[in-house]
Amino acid sequence: MRLRLLLVLAGFFALILCGPASAQGEKILRITPQSNLTILDPIWTTAYITRNHGYMIYDTLFGMDAKGGIRPQMVDKYTVSKDKKTWTFTLREGLAFHDGATVTSEDVIASLSRWGKRDSMGEKLMSFVESMEAIDARSLRVKLTEPYGLVLESLGKPSSNVPFIMPKRVAETPADKQIDDYTGSGPFIFRKDEWKPGEKVVYVKNPNYQPRPEPPSGTAGGKRVNVDRVEWVIIKDPQTQANALAAGEIDVIEAPAHELYASFKADKNIQVVETNPLGYQAILRFNQLQPPFDNPKVRQAAMAAMNQLAFLRTQVGIPEMYRTCFSVYPCGTAYATEVAMDFIAKPDMKRAQQLLKDSGYDGTTVVIMQPTDLAVIAKLPVVAAQLLRQAGFKVDMQAMDWQTLVSRRAKKDPVSQGGWNIFLTVWASVDVMNPISNSALNAACDKTWFGWPCDKALEDLRDAFARADDQKSRKTLAEKTQARAMEIGTHVPVGEYNFPVAARKNVTGFVIGFFLVPWNLQKH
Amino acid sequence: MLRFILRRILATIPVLLVVAVFVFLMLRLTPGDPAAVIAGDSATTEQIAKIRDSLGLNRSLAVQFGIWIAAVLRGDLGESFFFKMPVTALIAQRLEPTLALALATIVLAVLVAVPLGVLAAWRRGGWLDRVLMGFSTLGFSIPVFVLAYLLIWLVSLKLGWLPVEGYRRIADGLIPCMRHLILPSLTLSVIYIALIARVTRAAVSDALTEDFVRTARAKGLPEPVVLVRHALANAAIPIVTVIGIGIALLIGGVVVTESVYAIPGLGRLTVDAVLARDFPTIQGVILLFSAAYVVVNLLIDLSYTLFDPRIRY
Repeated sequence: MRLRLLLVLAGFFALILCGPASAQGEKILRITPQSNLTILDPIWTTAYITRNHGYMIYDTLFGMDAKGGIRPQMVDKYTVSKDKKTWTFTLREGLAFHDGATVTSEDVIASLSRWGKRDSMGEKLMSFVESMEAIDARSLRVKLTEPYGLVLESLGKPSSNVPFIMPKRVAETPADKQIDDYTGSGPFIFRKDEWKPGEKVVYVKNPNYQPRPEPPSGTAGGKRVNVDRVEWVIIKDPQTQANALAAGEIDVIEAPAHELYASFKADKNIQVVETNPLGYQAILRFNQLQPPFDNPKVRQAAMAAMNQLAFLRTQVGIPEMYRTCFSVYPCGTAYATEVAMDFIAKPDMKRAQQLLKDSGYDGTTVVIMQPTDLAVIAKLPVVAAQLLRQAGFKVDMQAMDWQTLVSRRAKKDPVSQGGWNIFLTVWASVDVMNPISNSALNAACDKTWFGWPCDKALEDLRDAFARADDQKSRKTLAEKTQARAMEIGTHVPVGEYNFPVAARKNVTGFVIGFFLVPWNLQKH
Repeated sequence: MLRFILRRILATIPVLLVVAVFVFLMLRLTPGDPAAVIAGDSATTEQIAKIRDSLGLNRSLAVQFGIWIAAVLRGDLGESFFFKMPVTALIAQRLEPTLALALATIVLAVLVAVPLGVLAAWRRGGWLDRVLMGFSTLGFSIPVFVLAYLLIWLVSLKLGWLPVEGYRRIADGLIPCMRHLILPSLTLSVIYIALIARVTRAAVSDALTEDFVRTARAKGLPEPVVLVRHALANAAIPIVTVIGIGIALLIGGVVVTESVYAIPGLGRLTVDAVLARDFPTIQGVILLFSAAYVVVNLLIDLSYTLFDPRIRY
């Protein structure tokens, strides 16, 4: 009797330990994304995770290749009139939404209209648009009030907010209301019934998707899907992510913590893949409404105190994953230039001290906001505080969580009433590649990004850049924009760094571009 | 008895109301703006203001509270700012992993701790007592995350026996569910084993000095019968109390364990909601936790009558 009981128990535990056979015949790629997916409307938020969700299920008129070139994606061909005021786009044949409906020019017009109400580049483009009209089901005409140099760059904008094409009925949702229908025409179909917020997001292959014939590059080219399902497995703890990858429970980690790369390299089953050579740009932002940084000379003193290597060594620590870059545009991109960046290119503390003395700085305490819960930038404020103290500033570094910081940075009040002086952040380099998309260069006073620089000369340069229609003049204007931005001290780039993807070695086909894209991946 | 239960249930209403008001005000006074979180890092102040408006956050506190409390009284906890789904549905989704983890932990802890506590009391002052109490001190001392990573390293990565992370619902099969529960419940149970074993030891030790135990022994009853049917039964009230409080604590917050094992339970939901300033979700979850405490306390009180016939309600 006792023996039988023991055998039954042993069998039970063996069953538990062996586990069930996995689903047969279905190729599932499990990816742990950079964060939890909460908002499903990629036009409503600029959150990168929602942008990535958008790329799973929607497609775009144009895409940007890894070198920054704009290529047709849903568009088959396009023409522009001699006066550069009329653009005609024709969609590829056979484009269909997940519900089987054909993608029409009416869908495109509705989608662009909604995007143009929320995205900064979209708003700019729409300010030049006189009309958008459907010529037939597959063609549409966009008439401009005057030539605009960034039509294709806007439509092929790779990062948030991306002009994704949605069905007209969905795109007619007011821009300040979230959509609740996630029908797209992209390479994957979102399984809302399987979505468990904070746990798992499921996408299945769209069997009717027609990829372009070209090889994939960036967000352009053929989006071929080689797996049946992609599951985003939400794991917040970085060590648990690494353990799950080592155990083969997940296949890819999108953005592992820097301290884990050494363990990845030591594991023969894991590879580290650089899918985003441009990486991320870290910046320091001044509040120009409040003293002492309402004084441009004080800003220049602070800029002279900056030392990119100090930031990068402290924050990242792995030399092959960071680089100095003395440009407001990411290094290696079309407009990158060191014009007028001598402030930070050659750190000089004595110069900073002298500039601060000359500025008439009265010893006002500088409040730096430090987000302790955001590991990717948490150490940057510590370095900034130390450098500023060395230059002669009186610094008060205030620790808070990131959500408190993002709320507080919207306050224009004096520091004594809950305001702030400095915060640091990091954004994908692809978001700051030109004077229009780079929010930190916007100097339209009250309506700009937090920090609120106010400078007509800078705004005029950005406008001229937007109107310029040849690359040479754009390059010149981008340089002038940078020079003016540094002169008035909009912000300080404090270095660039990367988060290569960590993956099991049986996963291949990573597309080089600006972030992890789900197409072309194979699981062997 | 029925009157007592009804009275206790009615008494929970003002408690929950006070909790509701407190949580509502506390959240609104905490720095942090859900609209700024939703809008994303590149959003401008104008865009954030529009989102605040669409979420109703520009209304006065009194109006916001009135709308919320009226909905709560109708059984509607509102809609999550982030997930755009009813908070009740969100909680329902997260309740099973937390309950399963809490129950597995407590069952494991009781099965191990009560016999250990009885043995330690039986051999009080002896080497067995010292060893068992030494282990229980160790159980209190090891941080949960250290034990969790040690178990993952050994059982999952080195031996490959159990999964590293995640939770499988019971609907997916009992075996996958248990495979994912073993390590987290083992990790969590250590501290509860220590706690319950200590309480059991103390209570049984006291009982063993009572006259009825001496009488039982004098009657010639076997020692196991004396220990279990006389000493343990009479020591049950503090043990049941600590087990009940343990269940309530486990439902309320197993954040570290849920985080290390990536279990999508209520603890993680609470932390995520707090970090995102998802007011409706935080309010809903805290109301649930408060209700759980009240119900567990009621059940503990009622269970006393089973162990001590002198207690009447």
